[in-house]
Amino acid sequence: MGKFREQIEKGFVTTIEIAPPKGAEVAIPLEIAKKISGRVAGVNVTDNQRAMMHMSALVFSHLMTEVGAEPICQMACRDRNRLALQSDLLGAMALGVENLCIMTGDYPTLGDNPQSKPVFDLDAPQLINAAHMFSQGTAFNGKPLKGCKDFYIGAVFNPFYNPIELEIFKAEKKIAAGARFFQTQPFFDMASLDAFLELVKDVDAKFLVGVTPLKSVKMIDFLNNSVLTTPIPEEVSARIANAEKPELEGMKMSAEFVNAVRDKVDGVHIMPVGQLESIPLLLDMIEEGKKR
Amino acid sequence: MIITKQKGIDEIFSALRGAKSVFIVGCGDCAALCRTGGRSEIEKMTEILKSHDVLVTGSALPHSTCHELDVQRILRANKEAVEKSDAILVLACGAGTQAVGDSIKKPAVSGCDSLFIGNSKRQMHFYEKCSVCGDCVLNETGGLCPETRCPKGMQNGPCGGAVRGNCEVDHARPCVWIEIYDRLKEFGRLDDLKKLVKPKNRKVATKPHRIEKE
Repeated sequence: MGKFREQIEKGFVTTIEIAPPKGAEVAIPLEIAKKISGRVAGVNVTDNQRAMMHMSALVFSHLMTEVGAEPICQMACRDRNRLALQSDLLGAMALGVENLCIMTGDYPTLGDNPQSKPVFDLDAPQLINAAHMFSQGTAFNGKPLKGCKDFYIGAVFNPFYNPIELEIFKAEKKIAAGARFFQTQPFFDMASLDAFLELVKDVDAKFLVGVTPLKSVKMIDFLNNSVLTTPIPEEVSARIANAEKPELEGMKMSAEFVNAVRDKVDGVHIMPVGQLESIPLLLDMIEEGKKR
Repeated sequence: MIITKQKGIDEIFSALRGAKSVFIVGCGDCAALCRTGGRSEIEKMTEILKSHDVLVTGSALPHSTCHELDVQRILRANKEAVEKSDAILVLACGAGTQAVGDSIKKPAVSGCDSLFIGNSKRQMHFYEKCSVCGDCVLNETGGLCPETRCPKGMQNGPCGGAVRGNCEVDHARPCVWIEIYDRLKEFGRLDDLKKLVKPKNRKVATKPHRIEKE
């Protein structure tokens, strides 16, 4: 059993997202991953996130294992059909990549190769089902597979989806298909989190709630207009707007949030947007706050 | 019907490859309704070609240009004008262009791009609701097709990317999964959404399709 699964079974965990590079230079992200490997339970390796071309998530997950980090390899349904996805599931097993976070993926027109063919042969619940079948030594067509290892499978959850009942139905399907944990979109206030936890109290899976350090008023405007259903509360925006160093203030707020939710949730999933090199400092701030 | 859009005139001239004389074939069915290949569009195209010193030897408007025997009959009826032309310009969908091209040993030049199978609510407003996938799920989804009306063709519910109820890909359109949810709720069938739907059978969509019943 890998470190991530072991730790999440025991208690509160922190996972963090590191994107593979947009080029073949891997030294900097790997150095960060190595530096923080003892301080987080797992590192999500994104799969062409926001439909932007990056290095293969599976290859970069493997490189992470070589520096001692515990990857949670994201797999999106956007770019590969069921043949290619199954090949990558076998590849993940061979490379010792145990944790998967499976999602449908953003549509190509939103990314940097808008003319590419959208595949979506399977959707996320179906790919979760396929990965779960592989764990049990069966290919998607029902034929036996030799030498299979157990995956620890997760998925994503949008707590701001309306109607939320529909998102819960889908989460239940993902659990039935084999998902054991969910990573959510970011929360920016406790009231939204509390309301969400009440809604999913009967959902039988681990929830790692999303945390994204805010960097600027511009970023808040973007999130409010294009991503979030519930706008970021005024008092949160005001702290960023009035801060001398907004990026530092955003990290401080994230650290406060993480320490305030320790007793409420199974873990947090930190998604620093364009702040790769600030990750160690953010973890320092979280640990500092925890001591108080 | 097949929704078409007329190609730009520069592209049409480029595809005509310097033809000095052209016979035009439209389509009295879909392309006429899309105003890309009806009588009026044939007349406009005739004027444009003439103004570029291209001789228009004649034109024809089959009832449905995808009906190949009908197309062959009309081309025979216009034999002289067709023979005088260097190329046939077809103002119809891709199926119509190929019906012409397969009927005659002359280049059939496509004057339109075929876009989708569309429903029409009122004139010149077209909506794609069916993508002829060969594996229909309408009976499970309250009569709304997620394969077509969701850009990702989600089978097991929404992708979760909707912003204020609208699709992440086209913010001007509601997420079809919310519409499916609303409709099934109205029918008292929300439990249908809890079943894990198996992947679509893409084998039945193998192209080109062919049915030959005696």
